[in-house]
Amino acid sequence: MTDLGAEQKGTGQAMAARLWSSRWLLAAGVLAVLIAYGFAAISAYVLIPALLLLLAAAILPVAGARHSGESASAIEAMGLQRLSGEYLAAAVADPLIIFDQAATIVHANAAAFAAFGGIAPGISLPLKFRAPEMQTLLDSVLSGSVASDVVDYTEKLPVERAYRVSASSVGHGTDLYVLVFKDQSETRRIDRMRADFIANASHELRTPLASIAGFIETLRGPARNDPAAREQFLQIMQNQTGRMARLIDDLLSLSRLEMKPYLKPGTEVDLRQTVDSVIDSLGPLARENNVAIERDFANGPLDVPGDRDELFQVFENLLENACKYGQSGGRVVVSIARGDDVSEPGIDVTIRDFGPGIPEEHIPRITERFYRIDVETSRTQKGTGLGLSIVKHILTRHNARLTIRSEVGKGAAFSVHLPAH
Amino acid sequence: MQSVHIMSAFDEELKYLSKRIAAMGGHAERMVEQAVAALVNADPGLAQKVIRDDVVLDEGQREIDDKAIIIIAKRQPMATDLREIVGAIRISADLERVGDLGKNVAKRVVAVIDGRQPTSLFRGLEALANLALTQLKEVLDVYASRSVDKIGFVRDRDDQIDAMYTSLFRELLTYMMEDPRNITPCTHLLFCAKNIERIGDHATNIAETIYYIVTGDQMPAERPKSDKTDKIGLPAALPVK
Repeated sequence: MTDLGAEQKGTGQAMAARLWSSRWLLAAGVLAVLIAYGFAAISAYVLIPALLLLLAAAILPVAGARHSGESASAIEAMGLQRLSGEYLAAAVADPLIIFDQAATIVHANAAAFAAFGGIAPGISLPLKFRAPEMQTLLDSVLSGSVASDVVDYTEKLPVERAYRVSASSVGHGTDLYVLVFKDQSETRRIDRMRADFIANASHELRTPLASIAGFIETLRGPARNDPAAREQFLQIMQNQTGRMARLIDDLLSLSRLEMKPYLKPGTEVDLRQTVDSVIDSLGPLARENNVAIERDFANGPLDVPGDRDELFQVFENLLENACKYGQSGGRVVVSIARGDDVSEPGIDVTIRDFGPGIPEEHIPRITERFYRIDVETSRTQKGTGLGLSIVKHILTRHNARLTIRSEVGKGAAFSVHLPAH
Repeated sequence: MQSVHIMSAFDEELKYLSKRIAAMGGHAERMVEQAVAALVNADPGLAQKVIRDDVVLDEGQREIDDKAIIIIAKRQPMATDLREIVGAIRISADLERVGDLGKNVAKRVVAVIDGRQPTSLFRGLEALANLALTQLKEVLDVYASRSVDKIGFVRDRDDQIDAMYTSLFRELLTYMMEDPRNITPCTHLLFCAKNIERIGDHATNIAETIYYIVTGDQMPAERPKSDKTDKIGLPAALPVK
């Protein structure tokens, strides 16, 4: 054994280890040769070649080991090559689309489905991404004039989003290409948000500010020594500052919503529980306005994909409006039903009031920012003119639809259709 | 999507047609988007750009017409292929009109800039344009996916666009009645609103063409126009603010 080890030392520790691992086999072989030598009385001329043969046999496992080492690294490399593109694509958090020489989608990951929708393998990319800059990007990469390219791509509808899109070919001679979308909306929107906020806020905050300034002037001048007027003016000023605070809250919440990227797939919301907790949280307001809230929920599970907090806000805003503006009806009916339209499975949540209703010509417009049917009523009800814009925005993100039906004198029904998967 | 022909060159030609349509669609969408942005933000520079860009669409339409006629002459297509080609001619004509309407909106920017109108009007126009653009986008998406079974949304949105247009019409009338100096800018805005509403109609037309290409049947008709502006008279019916 020792001389064998010495012989192999030069080839390195690894081989010694291999020999060591086959030591029992080797020992058994030597023993067998010695036994044969002892019992069968073979001449020493046979013994020497037999031992040499054993030595050669002992080297074989080493060669085998070297071979298995090579195959191990080959398996490792194969593992990387065999790694399915699908798994790799699924592991990437950004939208990613793999396409072929004909610009047909081969595979798109879940993030891409969530972001763009309506993309399935087999669809032609330039037909889906029609923006001029995307067309040039695809053309330049497919023609092979450049290996990879980057463009900025903005999508305005349904929700404004900005991407930095990079296209590049995959490997050598695979004829596959990959398109990765990096969401830039946040950075872009912080700028926009500032501009928007200033534009909206300056316009809407001006009115309460002007009235506060006016009252301060009056308080310091003519009404200086009039306690009754002072009390009244201070009350008005307090209302106005309250309004400004609410306005800023709503503007911020709208801006925050606009900053969030598209909805993460996979989260479910239990509508029954959500709507129930909305009704509970608005109980005090309903009592204050003498409005009874009635429930009419369908049986069975009422789950839809979506974000709970956002949907909570949707129903809160709608129910709050119903309690405030439908006050004269004395009751509000909240119903949840499964949509009866077969082509669009989903759940309808309807909030119906029995108040004065909304004149037809205003219905298409009431989800616009600061659109008010009646400025006075809105002010007295502490409305900011943003509630329904927030609702609309959240629902757009959920691929949901808001339907408003109303007849003057009979009340209004706000119906939210949330699509099932 | 399309069945494979023995002559792969034919497939290539058909693919090229649909690709050109998509490129035209992208241009049309962009033009309308920018025209409305120019109007809302009072940006005559952007408006000029939109006016210049219209050439691309005109050229696109001519090219598609030429290509389509050559294909018909060379390949003598039947059934789906023939519908595909005739459909391409029709869609490109619709898209070219969309471009013209966008250009017309852009041309009016200068006239509207002077007398600043209430912001609520521009918000209304923007919302109307968003509806029309969503319609156009989704219809062109259907052109890509060929999933005509879900094309019912077109009618719903068309109704929404009409309702929105009617509402804007009323509002514009009130502003004009309040002050005769508003009449010039408001008339321009009225035309802008009408143009945008027409863009929605062209999108609906395209949807009908796509339905025909894919199924071979006409889209089930039920189109009573619900634009109610023809019923709005002058004074009495108007809500006084």
